[in-house]
Amino acid sequence: MNNREEIAQALAKSGYIADGELATAVSLMQLLRRPLLLEGEAGVGKTEVAKALASVHDTELIRLQCYEGLDQSAALYEWNYQRQLLSIQAHRGGDADAIEDQIFSEKYLLERPLLAAIRRTKPPVLLIDEIDRADDEFEAFLLELLSDFQVSIPELGTIEAITIPHVVLTSNGTRELSDALRRRCLYHYVDYPDVDREARIIMARIDGATASLSLQIARMVEGIRKEELRKVPGVAETLDWAAALVGIGVHDLLETPETVHETLMCLLKTHEDKSRLTREVTARILGKVA
Amino acid sequence: MSCCGDSPGYEELDEVSKLVATKLAAFLRTLRDSGFAVGPREGQDAASLMAAGYAGKPGLLRSAFKHLFSARKSDWDRFDGLFDAFWLGRRVRSRSRTIGSTRAANSPSLKSLQDRKSEPAGGEATDQIPSDGNDAPEDRAGEGRMEGASRAQNLSEVDFRRMADPDQIEEAHEVAASLAKTMRTRLTRRDLARRRGYRLDLRRTIHGNISHGGVPISLVKRQHKAKPLRLVMLLDASGSMSMYTGVFLRFIHGVLDEFREAEAFLFHTRLAYVSDAMKEKDASRALDRLSIMAQGAGGGTRIGESLQTFNRWHAARVLHSRSCVMIVSDGYETGDAALLGREMAALARRCRRIVWLNPMMAWEGYAPEAAGIKAALPFVDLYAPANTLKSLTELEPYLAKL
Repeated sequence: MNNREEIAQALAKSGYIADGELATAVSLMQLLRRPLLLEGEAGVGKTEVAKALASVHDTELIRLQCYEGLDQSAALYEWNYQRQLLSIQAHRGGDADAIEDQIFSEKYLLERPLLAAIRRTKPPVLLIDEIDRADDEFEAFLLELLSDFQVSIPELGTIEAITIPHVVLTSNGTRELSDALRRRCLYHYVDYPDVDREARIIMARIDGATASLSLQIARMVEGIRKEELRKVPGVAETLDWAAALVGIGVHDLLETPETVHETLMCLLKTHEDKSRLTREVTARILGKVA
Repeated sequence: MSCCGDSPGYEELDEVSKLVATKLAAFLRTLRDSGFAVGPREGQDAASLMAAGYAGKPGLLRSAFKHLFSARKSDWDRFDGLFDAFWLGRRVRSRSRTIGSTRAANSPSLKSLQDRKSEPAGGEATDQIPSDGNDAPEDRAGEGRMEGASRAQNLSEVDFRRMADPDQIEEAHEVAASLAKTMRTRLTRRDLARRRGYRLDLRRTIHGNISHGGVPISLVKRQHKAKPLRLVMLLDASGSMSMYTGVFLRFIHGVLDEFREAEAFLFHTRLAYVSDAMKEKDASRALDRLSIMAQGAGGGTRIGESLQTFNRWHAARVLHSRSCVMIVSDGYETGDAALLGREMAALARRCRRIVWLNPMMAWEGYAPEAAGIKAALPFVDLYAPANTLKSLTELEPYLAKL
């Protein structure tokens, strides 16, 4: 438990400015050995948590991107059929048992992310990204894997986990996840950062962003998020914008309202939003920043 | 959710004092009553957390429990209030929402209605003949209200009864059957081994050709698998819809019969699960059960609240990712329209498609101006008029695309 502050510091060192609750979640992950389920709007930095976690533990990040129709052969393992066929042809006339043993050995096994994650000597961070995009069947299969950490391959036998990975799941909430999976996980809702934290994130990530500029940018973005937009800008967009402003050489938003308005394309990704934020609106929000 | 997980792991009991364990068990029960999905494993982990020293720091314990017990955003947002109310004794509003399933909530009123029904003559008598002086005034006032409500219900009750007309039942079943045929199957992206397919299944090909010495002669292919669509119907049975409830009830009856997977709910000021009642073999008993359930329908429609109940208590069981939710309502929300919007958003995340059938739409000059329907429309995939069985058949080509 005393490592909570350490975790927060270590996360900060890796460039991720966490809120206090996330540090608790990470320490619980280790204590209870449960996966961590992160939910939140797109662009609030859910995937970044896993990356930061990997650098905190100084370990590999194994990522499984989910999509509809994702199945075992893309997520867990697959036999290298082409090589197997070649091998059968090459050893034509040989001892059938020997050939069988050979083509169903690990040499012919293609490791996919889930299998890879449990066969590392140092526990990696396993990021199962956008689990809501996968279908129910895959979710059920994942549930089984996450509770037993063993994989059974009919031709090869059961493969036990060498180490238990740190599992992070993310979801955008496009589909409701099953209660069983939710219960299995620690839950953390990632919200848009407050002004102070967002400013610190900008300072940590963008070289050359001064404290005053970062704070101005963060306040501006907060103002924009309060407008009625179709696509609310996330932290990634904020960072893009900050990088653009720093690159152009802006030091103070109030001095260069024209540039501010013209670079808003970094934040607003639909035509509707772009036309909603007219120069007057930009000026109004900018006025509140001061 | 399990009912046997009240006691956290016994091995922890020597560390956590027995008192704390009891309190923790009570807290778990509170959470469960509020709809949290908390099992014995969570209880065990919570106990071990308390033993690990979290118990001494309420702020930290709350944060840790929040991660452990929450399973979705609504849990996440409510947890702090529940925790404070239970452990720190602060009064919080959200604590009061701890009532069980809607059916349980319905039962007392159902019972009283049934009792009333069994002696209709008496009821009528008190209505016509002035009381003989024995009745207390407040008693009479109460009766008067009940009387008014049930008289308003007469219309829909007649409609329900018409369901007993065999021709109409048949027609309803025909419509439902043809709809069921077109909506029954959806392609999934998940493959199944097939002789004719678009992709080669190497694993099965190799296995199937062992007898040929590994030379792939007969090929096995993969093809998309078809999966049944589940239809969940939510029917507005409020006063403003009374002209149509009969028609749609017949339709629902047909759907429940024809679809492999279908569920039905009625709602007015609250939500009632009617699949079981509708599936009743004995037709007259089914009608009895239904008209009793529908009698609660008096004044307004609380669509938002009904949907909230649905999302909280039924959705996890009834919906999966290949469900289509069909809401039949005129959208006159007497409750909070903003709540309706929020619940529609939550519902949209859970299911594949939402169809909103609005009988009023067939009226000339109707525009979706009511606050309720305005809040709900952004989340609706198909918004269509439907006031007769015929208009339902006309919807078929659209529904087939869902």
